[in-house]
Amino acid sequence: MSVLAVLARRELSLAWSRGGGALLAVGFFVAAAVMLPLALGPAPGRLAAVSGGFAWVVLALASLLSLDRMFERDFEDGALDLLALGPLPLEIVAAVKCLAQWTVTGAPLALAAPVVAVALGARLAAAPMILAAAALGGLAFAFLGGTGAALALASRRGGVLIAVIVLPLLTPPVIFGGAAIDNFTAGLPWATPLSLLAAYALGCVALTPFAMAGACKNAQS
Amino acid sequence: MITTLKIRDLAIGRGERVLFRDFSLTLEAGEVIALVGANGAGKTSLLRAVAGFLRPLAGALSFEGPDGVVPAEDARRADCHMIGHQDGLKGGRRARDELLFQARWSGGDAARALAAADRLGLTRLLDLEVRVLSAGQRRRLALARLIASPRSLWLLDEPLAPLDSAARSLFGVLMAEHLATGGLVLAAVHDALPITARTVEIGA
Repeated sequence: MSVLAVLARRELSLAWSRGGGALLAVGFFVAAAVMLPLALGPAPGRLAAVSGGFAWVVLALASLLSLDRMFERDFEDGALDLLALGPLPLEIVAAVKCLAQWTVTGAPLALAAPVVAVALGARLAAAPMILAAAALGGLAFAFLGGTGAALALASRRGGVLIAVIVLPLLTPPVIFGGAAIDNFTAGLPWATPLSLLAAYALGCVALTPFAMAGACKNAQS
Repeated sequence: MITTLKIRDLAIGRGERVLFRDFSLTLEAGEVIALVGANGAGKTSLLRAVAGFLRPLAGALSFEGPDGVVPAEDARRADCHMIGHQDGLKGGRRARDELLFQARWSGGDAARALAAADRLGLTRLLDLEVRVLSAGQRRRLALARLIASPRSLWLLDEPLAPLDSAARSLFGVLMAEHLATGGLVLAAVHDALPITARTVEIGA
């Protein structure tokens, strides 16, 4: 087995057990969606108008849930030292961690997002676009969240710090994703916002591992 | 493969404080150095500097192999084991999963890892979660990685602290075998190592 596969297996298993994994994130997402009609009232027109955007914002928050322990546990129990002395650079380790996080929470959330939006009154035809936007956006959320988690290492109340660091960075994908879903539903051109979302997500995948590795090394020293 | 570790005029500081300066040491293949010194003298910091986690204030660290100088990055990635105060084990995972991961990650394989577990008397414990192991059992599990994946330079920080006397003498035998194959050991200790070692004092 290659070391990359060995690492990926470990990270998937850790992501699954961390903070309840997929069940917690999806549970939070669904519970928040159930609260929306209670707060706004059950008028179908009103719910349908906000369903897409609401599902998208709650998705961003749900994907932050289990992020704060992403590097912290490895830092506290000394495993980060072991990872740093391994055959792969820390940048790769960080990217694998984020991909595992996306696989365990981002992908189930992306599958839940169209279901929740349609249940709230979005048109069924919008479901594929919501799925695509949520999957791409989730990738950006996982890598940005990982950056926040790495920067918050070795600081007290890291969880709050992560939210403060990461939420502003989540605004572009929320804007692009929301626009893609809205335009698609309204029959307007949707390729541009979706491409921008994809570009942002891929930019995060390409760049944030360097920030994460730097932050980890800083915390270790 | 590392055959010599050279430390020249090293100075290390934590925060505003300089822990030590002008520290020099040469560690050759087949040799053990026991680093001694008071609490806070900088033993752990020195080990972490050798492992590349701390940037020294001054001085030079170099790793040499049979064909001359080995780039520090390569030496650390491929040929250096570090066991710190923490064992790097996850409480919620089974001992077997943790041992196999640590061994494979540092260049060993499953067969060697299981043989190492057997050697350290861990076979019966492998199906337990790490959280239920005692401190000594956990340390033995961490030490198993040293023999599960062959790397020349062992950096050990208080390796004996949680071990009972039988495990200490077994670890002495394992160190002797490692040295016989050209290994190097740099260990920060308070108690004497169960093997003949050159003693170097920090902050004297």
